[in-house]
Amino acid sequence: MALRMWASSTANALRISSASFKSPLSPAFSLSRCFSTVLDGFKYASSHEWVKHEGPVATIGITHHAQDHLGEVVFVELPEAGGSVKQGGSFGAVESVKATSDINSPISGEIVEVNTKLSESPGLINSSPYEGGWMIKVKPSSPSELESLMGPKEYIKFCEEEDAAH
Amino acid sequence: MQRAWVSVKPRGRGGFAMGLPEARKLGIPLMNLVRFKGLPILQQLHLEERLLRTSSDNWCIINDGTDQPTIVMGISGKPAELLEIKSVLCDHIPVIRRFTGGGTVIVDPSTIFVTFICNKDAVPGLQPYPRPIMSWSEQIYNKVFQGIGDFHLRENDYVFGNHKFGGNAQSITKNRWIHHTSFLWDYEVRSMAYLKLPERAPEYRLHCVKEAKQVSWRRNLCDLSSNIKHASWVDFTRYSNQYKARDHLEFICRMKDFMPRSIFVDRSVEATKTHFLLRSTESENIEAHSGTKFCHSTRLLTKQELEAAAFAAPSEGALSQPCSL
Repeated sequence: MALRMWASSTANALRISSASFKSPLSPAFSLSRCFSTVLDGFKYASSHEWVKHEGPVATIGITHHAQDHLGEVVFVELPEAGGSVKQGGSFGAVESVKATSDINSPISGEIVEVNTKLSESPGLINSSPYEGGWMIKVKPSSPSELESLMGPKEYIKFCEEEDAAH
Repeated sequence: MQRAWVSVKPRGRGGFAMGLPEARKLGIPLMNLVRFKGLPILQQLHLEERLLRTSSDNWCIINDGTDQPTIVMGISGKPAELLEIKSVLCDHIPVIRRFTGGGTVIVDPSTIFVTFICNKDAVPGLQPYPRPIMSWSEQIYNKVFQGIGDFHLRENDYVFGNHKFGGNAQSITKNRWIHHTSFLWDYEVRSMAYLKLPERAPEYRLHCVKEAKQVSWRRNLCDLSSNIKHASWVDFTRYSNQYKARDHLEFICRMKDFMPRSIFVDRSVEATKTHFLLRSTESENIEAHSGTKFCHSTRLLTKQELEAAAFAAPSEGALSQPCSL
């Protein structure tokens, strides 16, 4: 318990989603990930969205890396449930400061749920990018698309190389 | 590093000292330069949104004034919060919601618009995120305003000192980005009256309305720490300044007070040339550079939408009252 509390407070200090055990996503959490900005069990796109596949539904959002580079999110534009998304295609946008930035879907499928809390609390994307800041839930039409995405270690390396190149 | 190569041969007169093969050898990215005069801002924004989404070239668009006073809000703009709707409706001022982020401006024939639309790899080392793009734009305009005024990028506005003369907005897609600016060459005082102050103002636009409220008290050091044995006193003072956002007319300035119009446009083109090989493109040739099927999100708000927003805002008052003459 003490270890969990320390990890949680450290994660908060570093502005990292601490993978609360009350989260509906219930990702696997390991101490070794405390200082990283990714979560185990998630997959990541090169355009900095994450997807968590659980049973028939996949949850999608943007990564800690993305929200950090975008700045304070003040507005989120999301589609309606019932629509469809295509892998790599834009399904919405976030506004931060003076910019709108497209959000691209890591996988294809039918949108079954949209996070309506983001309309009143867009800042959840900054404060909780992997939990409260989730954006849409999708019923994947091609589960094999997940294989083309990056795992946590691969994504961390990708981010480091991208930042180093600029 | 990917470069944006021109996909269609240039038409009409002119050309440039360096041909395409030479530019390709040097790895200098090409940028199409298109210039308008008095293009309606709605048409400009539609063109920009289409080029961002459907073209694979880099573009610089300069519009020397628009045709009529028009209010332009960012993607999330709410009329009731940002506009004096009754006045806007009485005076039939068009209101547009554009596809980029950022705040609200009122533009008119004196406004100068400069837009950059780029592939994400067009500028070496530039990350396609808001702050790096904003910083890059400051580099461009540092060259434009070198030796003129006290030019800065302050909290995403272009300022001379602490007075704004240029407003910026961006949109970033998977592989491209746009950064566009409206430059306040001149303005009508009455035009600013259509705009409310935004709920959150940049810090540089604040001014102190109440001097430091000094509250002082003394504490005996012994009370503060049991390790201190001597009875000495220390004074504590708390200052609480109160700040209020400056009114529009207090934080903006006219660019015409700093630089002739033609000099500004020429310098902007020259500054752009330090990053790109510019190719002047006639506006009628633009169709060849982009796809034809496209649905804009930028649109003109209807009178009904503005009236509905006004009714929903209790502070607006009754719209049924006659407009002042």
